[in-house]
Amino acid sequence: MLTRARVESLFAALQDAATAHGVRDIEATIGASAHALTRFANSAIHQNVAERSSFVSVRVQLDGRTARASTNRLDAASLASVVDEAVALARLGHPDPDLPPLAEAAEAPDVARSFASTARLTPAARAQAVADAIAVVEDAGQTAAGIYSSGESVLALANSRGLEAYHSETGAQFSITAMAPDSSGWAKAGAPCHGDFDPVVLARQAAQKAALSRDPVELAPGRYTVILEPAAVLDLLGQMFGDFSATAIRDGRSFLQDRLGTALFGPNITIHDDVHDPRQSGAPFDGEGVPRRRLTLVENGTVREIAFSRTAARLAGVEPTGHGFPLPNEFGEAPMNIVVEGGDVPLEAMIAGTRQGILVTRFWYIREVDPYEKIMTGMTRDGTFLVEDGAVVRGVRNFRFNQSLIEMLRHVEALGPAGHTSGEESFDMVVPAMQVHGFNFTEVTRF
Amino acid sequence: MKTTALAALGAVERPGISYADVRVVETRDRHVSTKNGKTGHVSGGESLGLGIRVLANGCWGFAATDDLSREGLEAAAALALDIARAGQYTRKRDVVLAPESPYEATWVSPCRIDPFSIPVDRNVDVLLAVDAELRRESGIAMAEASMSFERRRQVFASTLGSMIDQTRYTSGAGFAALSFQEGEIQRRSYPNSFGGQFQLKGYELVDELRLVENAPRIAAEAVALHSADQCPEGVFDLILDSSQLGLQVHESIGHPIELDRVLGSEANYAGMSFLTLDKLGNLRYGSPIVNVVCDARLEHGPGLGTFAFDDEGVPAQATEIIRDGLFTGYMTSRETAAAIGQPRSNGTMRADGWARLPLIRMTNVSLRPGRQTLEEVFGATDHAIYMETNRSWSIDDRRYNFQFGCEIGWEIRRGRRVRMLKNPSYSGISTEFWNACAAIAGAEHWTLWGVPNCGKGQPEQVMGTGHGASPARFTQIKIGGAYAG
Repeated sequence: MLTRARVESLFAALQDAATAHGVRDIEATIGASAHALTRFANSAIHQNVAERSSFVSVRVQLDGRTARASTNRLDAASLASVVDEAVALARLGHPDPDLPPLAEAAEAPDVARSFASTARLTPAARAQAVADAIAVVEDAGQTAAGIYSSGESVLALANSRGLEAYHSETGAQFSITAMAPDSSGWAKAGAPCHGDFDPVVLARQAAQKAALSRDPVELAPGRYTVILEPAAVLDLLGQMFGDFSATAIRDGRSFLQDRLGTALFGPNITIHDDVHDPRQSGAPFDGEGVPRRRLTLVENGTVREIAFSRTAARLAGVEPTGHGFPLPNEFGEAPMNIVVEGGDVPLEAMIAGTRQGILVTRFWYIREVDPYEKIMTGMTRDGTFLVEDGAVVRGVRNFRFNQSLIEMLRHVEALGPAGHTSGEESFDMVVPAMQVHGFNFTEVTRF
Repeated sequence: MKTTALAALGAVERPGISYADVRVVETRDRHVSTKNGKTGHVSGGESLGLGIRVLANGCWGFAATDDLSREGLEAAAALALDIARAGQYTRKRDVVLAPESPYEATWVSPCRIDPFSIPVDRNVDVLLAVDAELRRESGIAMAEASMSFERRRQVFASTLGSMIDQTRYTSGAGFAALSFQEGEIQRRSYPNSFGGQFQLKGYELVDELRLVENAPRIAAEAVALHSADQCPEGVFDLILDSSQLGLQVHESIGHPIELDRVLGSEANYAGMSFLTLDKLGNLRYGSPIVNVVCDARLEHGPGLGTFAFDDEGVPAQATEIIRDGLFTGYMTSRETAAAIGQPRSNGTMRADGWARLPLIRMTNVSLRPGRQTLEEVFGATDHAIYMETNRSWSIDDRRYNFQFGCEIGWEIRRGRRVRMLKNPSYSGISTEFWNACAAIAGAEHWTLWGVPNCGKGQPEQVMGTGHGASPARFTQIKIGGAYAG
């Protein structure tokens, strides 16, 4: 994998090429990764892949203009060529009076997220774990589908003002769907270290959900109390954090426009962005190399802080928060290391305390219906249950929802303990399960 | 590239393998955008790498690398074989492939103006002219415009003896205007949302789209939506413009006909399909005027799903999916065709680059033009809601229940627009919707749209697909449900 010394050598070559053009200001993002994924369906491995890649992405800045060029060819001629391309594009661009100078060198406190055992996980080891998980599901009379992935990556950023940032991490994910004749169940986990989850445990959870949701009944759409498991919370709330952005607000595309500082959500909602939380993953610096700062996005229901890239911070007269995307871009910035504060009500207690409600394992195909009220639509999937008199009674056919996230976060009655959660429609976050009243299911599908 | 492909193929050919193929892919791209009178994004990129797919002892292995040295190719080949061997842990049956012939071919997609021959300042000037027109309208909070281009050359070599060299040029361009007033965000896009129109063309596409000429109308509509009436909730006749109908085809026909979904390959992620095997040749998918084809051939048009050969070396074909309303065909691969006893793949395996495995993907899945005039589509009903340009889209994981939102709507009475409607949406069940199709406009109103961002697979791949459609009317559809409750 890419070492710090190799990054330095690559950046030196890029800087030499820029100097030959008379260009002083240059920034390079350099990365490498090796990932593998073992995929299974119908209780057999059917797609089994690995990829190894690297990239150099160069941004030059001259006379208030900037442009980016990228390549995955790291020989000397290609490095010179990618600088040529960036310089040529920048020279033909228009000056931007708001373009900040390259970021100054700053130390981003390191985060330890690299595990050699996960980087070295073999195809045979993944296949054995998959075989063990499939056996659990087949023992329940069901078929299994899912993935087991593992890999490592390096991300480095350097610029001609002396900034040098370097981050390496590993990651693994296991996801499994257990399929019964008229029902299904799902479970997923992800972590920097593959030893932090057990595929067999996840297989048992999925199989149990598939068994419990067999012969689902159709309930009428309407407003229900819901118990959202962490993956359901993750995939839904993950749709709103792009709006916690100074650029989005300035553009008029954020639901937080005219709402900063207001008590938008219920008093039990507190949300941080914190790359250093031990349950988080990712690099401790942003797309310009600025160290990521901890933000209190929501405190007891009130929207407190938003993210500022260097450009947005300059326009607003504040300090950047370390959440900018690589320049040039249209989107500005966004918090990406979300930690939603949990509570002390376990999922079992939420179920026990519910007279009538719906337990949701996960959501699917979530899309925005209304950008200002933040109404989202989507479907339940892979384990939707009727809860009556404190117990899970049976499976129900899947619902479509049309639900405002603002309203939903005003209706949270109970929060579970927060933990690292993986879903399919949002990036990993630290979230709790939630019990929410008045959740708006508008239609029912055929299964 | 051919030498590299043959070297990689040689590295993976060992005793015990029954098939292997290699794709060496070289891409060049450019993205340019503007926002509110300034350059937003200017970037160029290139990428070169290869993927090796091998079938050994009945199981697949795949490894990709951008290290094209002799050592890099050998390491990737060894890894692909190692991965295939690991498949033995769960093997239920051997993979069998439908037969295919070897081909030697070179093909370059039609491209009148090489987009990379156009200086980037000319790209920016066009976008800034659009931007200026949009922001001339009072009330526009954000104007954004973009164009993007890609040239992709792929050399495919297989142990069947195929050597196929294809180069495809794709271009895209569009713009959007956003308005914020009194707690409401409205957006209008042209010629389509989420980036505009994308086709298998060169820079000539940008000239054809007449971006600057359409900017004033789009900006005025974005602002006017604030004072429009809310789309009513109820059951009404529905008329869709061709771009929204193209997406409707994509979601409620294109994905369900992917045979790998039907057979369970995507169960953990993208989901499965209501089109179980018993429905082939038996299901009344749509009304008798509904005819849908999956066609990757150039004669279908310059779609994002147009090519000469798919990514497992099968020639481009046209497959009837729905004939006079009856469900007649799936999209297949060599493996899935064999699995259901069909003699040959219909050529829909595509990968989004050198690093990823080919999957069954939509090529150009299109609704054939109808026989009605546009006046008949709009006028042969007393009352209907007309919707244009997608705003949101969602469908369940077996593709029964869908809900779409559009940017703008109009109430239609006896063929005439009587009032603008904001926040229009409609929903339904796929087969019920297509069986409610009452009128389809003719070929002169048919457009082959590009969807550049279709996601599928794990690891996820993003693919461009093509969808032709002309405006059509549907009877008694549930409308307005997205804002209900």
